Amino acid sequence: MSKKNLIIIGGGPAGLAAAKSAYDAGERDILILEREDKLGGILNQCIHNGFGLHTFKEELTGPEYASRYIDQVKERGIEYKLGTTVLSIDKNKRVTCANEKDGLQIYEAKAIILACGCRERPRGAINIAGCRAAGIFSAGTAQKLINIDGYMPGKEVVILGSGDIGLIMARRMTFQGAKVKAVVELMPYSSGLNRNIVQCLNDFDIPLMFSHTVVEIKGKGRVSSVVIAQVDAKLNPIKGTEQEIKCDTLLLSVGLLPENELSKMADVNLSPVTGGAVVDDDMMTQTDGIFACGNVLHVHDLVDFVSEESEWAGKRAAAYIKGEKASGESVAIEAKDGVRYVVPQFVHREGEGNLKLKMRVGNVFKNVRLCVVCDGGEVYSKKCMIVTPGEMETITLNEKQTRALKNSKQAVVCLKAVEK
Amino acid sequence: MSDIIIIGAGVIGCSIARELSRYDAKVTVLEKANDVACGTSKANSGVVHGGFDAKPGTLKAKFNVAGNAMFDKLSKELDFPFRRNGAYVLCFDDDKWDGLKKLYDQGMENGVLDVKVVTGDEVRQREPYVSKEVKGALWCPSSGIVSPYEMTIAYAENAADNGVKFVFEKKVASVAQNGRKLRVVCEDGDCYDADVVVNCAGLYSDELNNSLCEKKYKIVPRKGEYMLLDKTAGYLTGTTLFQLPTAMGKGILVVPSVHGNILLGPTAVDIEDKDCKDTTYDGLAEAFEKACITVPSLTKKQVITQFTGLRAHADAGDFVIGWAEDKPMYNLVGIESPGLTAAPAIAVHAAKEISSRLSLKENPSFNPVRKGIPCFATMTEKERAEIIKKNPLYGRIVCRCEVVTEGEIVDSINRPVGAKDLDGVKRRTRAGMGRCQSGFCSERVMEIIARERGIDMTEVTKSGKGSEIIVGRVE
Repeated sequence: MSKKNLIIIGGGPAGLAAAKSAYDAGERDILILEREDKLGGILNQCIHNGFGLHTFKEELTGPEYASRYIDQVKERGIEYKLGTTVLSIDKNKRVTCANEKDGLQIYEAKAIILACGCRERPRGAINIAGCRAAGIFSAGTAQKLINIDGYMPGKEVVILGSGDIGLIMARRMTFQGAKVKAVVELMPYSSGLNRNIVQCLNDFDIPLMFSHTVVEIKGKGRVSSVVIAQVDAKLNPIKGTEQEIKCDTLLLSVGLLPENELSKMADVNLSPVTGGAVVDDDMMTQTDGIFACGNVLHVHDLVDFVSEESEWAGKRAAAYIKGEKASGESVAIEAKDGVRYVVPQFVHREGEGNLKLKMRVGNVFKNVRLCVVCDGGEVYSKKCMIVTPGEMETITLNEKQTRALKNSKQAVVCLKAVEK
Repeated sequence: MSDIIIIGAGVIGCSIARELSRYDAKVTVLEKANDVACGTSKANSGVVHGGFDAKPGTLKAKFNVAGNAMFDKLSKELDFPFRRNGAYVLCFDDDKWDGLKKLYDQGMENGVLDVKVVTGDEVRQREPYVSKEVKGALWCPSSGIVSPYEMTIAYAENAADNGVKFVFEKKVASVAQNGRKLRVVCEDGDCYDADVVVNCAGLYSDELNNSLCEKKYKIVPRKGEYMLLDKTAGYLTGTTLFQLPTAMGKGILVVPSVHGNILLGPTAVDIEDKDCKDTTYDGLAEAFEKACITVPSLTKKQVITQFTGLRAHADAGDFVIGWAEDKPMYNLVGIESPGLTAAPAIAVHAAKEISSRLSLKENPSFNPVRKGIPCFATMTEKERAEIIKKNPLYGRIVCRCEVVTEGEIVDSINRPVGAKDLDGVKRRTRAGMGRCQSGFCSERVMEIIARERGIDMTEVTKSGKGSEIIVGRVE
């Protein structure tokens, strides 16, 4: 058994940013545990550009963005272990992990930052009937096969779900000579970024069919076609609207799920809405000394926001280790009237400074105001032409507004109509 | 030395192969798929039935009860997961108590002496998530659960260790008399002459018999659709939950798997296509809705996959076990439920009959013990530390959901009757069987298969020829 002040689980964008900022806040005894053989996480397979516009004010590819943070971690001499899978953690911050070289290792940490990212929702979770032939991939798996390994998963493709990875893969596979026949989306709106719909589908004349789903997958051995159908308002397929599309591949981009298997072992309280931990404004979960940031906390659209959130988490974890943790009472922030969730869910009453709130809405709304209401009074309001579930919204409360929230009995984030 | 050909490498073929390997004979198993347990044996409820359900006097009743009693010793000998978790047959109507009574009487007559009738409250005391509508139940503590494909694999490996030869991707077209021997003709033109042919062809056992014999059989594929729930739903029941049976079978079950998942199903629809493995929108809906009658708090959110299994239902209704007329072909036709439970007893019986016809001597070097792949996920920390020291590949976790290491995957490929593709690795190690359903690990497992088997990535399949996963290299 060895001791470490801070163990960061995951060497992707969240873990790297958290490590760097914890170091910069004075913490030197840091260990990053990464299960892949390379730092950078999922960014390594995202070879398209568009990363870093907020953080670095330039357009980078995924690996370029990752390498900026990897360099910073290496410059600081922060310790990391690759090919190392964390097998368990507990609420006493005992971390068990394994790799080929060191075997089974057990650490006792003063603080843990969960930065394990998310996983893709598989076919089974969405109950598509039909065969179990080869040729059904999650979009991320297909992305890894093409971009990391150099293999084509198929030639004629239908994509179910308009999540960002699905959209990116529609373009990627088209570039590689595959024919993407359609992107089929169950909802009447996309769950991906608008810029991706324009750049990845519209520019290549790939049809995006809203309110449609795949009802059957056909094929023996390999997928030979899929049957799609329109769905009604309750999302049930409408009989008689079926059409068969010949294809050898079905990509699924039907949602990402924060990967919290380890969190559960440490009794970390999870939100049923985000699928990630419930955290306070220090990004600390309700298990003392365990922090969470990035996609393991809630699924982000842009890596820039993952980095920002994780830098904050790293800084606060370093402060926690020094004994400077926030204590005492906190106020809960409730998501209401169109807002599905807010992160953080709790804010400490003590402490000063600005407060960043991140949220997602539950539907597409036009001409609304995103409001923070404390004890019935509006503390903050932002006009939005449109808000969609596919794009995370961020609010920054200034010092005065934050103070009002911290002093309130009831704090709510909600949507309100714009008065004419 | 006598030549014995077994056709079909399901649980029946593999268990008979193993029992025959106790004798001094040349035993060859021909299988059309590229692995064992690729048909009915991989897609069923995995229940080791108590034996109260089969009609007294039938072969089903006889071999069910005898088979059930063999599992404790057998599962240790062959190192496959098995647990006696007990079963309830649930009664939802006060006027159907006679149905339970009938099962009870049947149980007594069949020699299942541990069954008893209990109240709904007693059921809910053990299994609190069972519906409040349950008025009473038949309780059978000797009922168990097993991993059907792992049991089949264990039998096959032990058979191979004891000299049985397995030939895969060898589809038999017909069997014909050839002098005193039988000639097995394969679709690819290969022929095998045998002193005895053992017909374990499952769904195709009728066609095989009919190609040789006067007396004809007909197998009707009876399709059953299932849903598998995540291990996080495992709290819902530890006991096998049946509803009172109908003419089509034992109804929809809610049953735990030996690995802690929950299985819902099967539906029962007679179909034509013996190759059909498709699930249907309506079938899955039926399985789920009926399972909710038993456990109302089920949610579809917990579903991780769906699958279809086909039962080899013979029109005669009972198992057909024995010599085909005066021909040296031993038939195992219509081995549907409780065929998995019955398999160990059927195998011993069949091996005795075959060995006595051929006057076989005992195989002096027969070893009944098979060791499975050491399972990292269920090891203690100490055991984990030790095994990584011995084999560092155990330190590389490939499937994160089920905590499967590269060491286990390599072992699964290289052991006798080893895995050849993704599904083969999955059935032997559980890599890809968890909640992400191989999203993360499939590509790693493909690389390991390609490396260990010395094939190209483009040749790696999901489940046999025609299921290649990638179509080519990126230009």
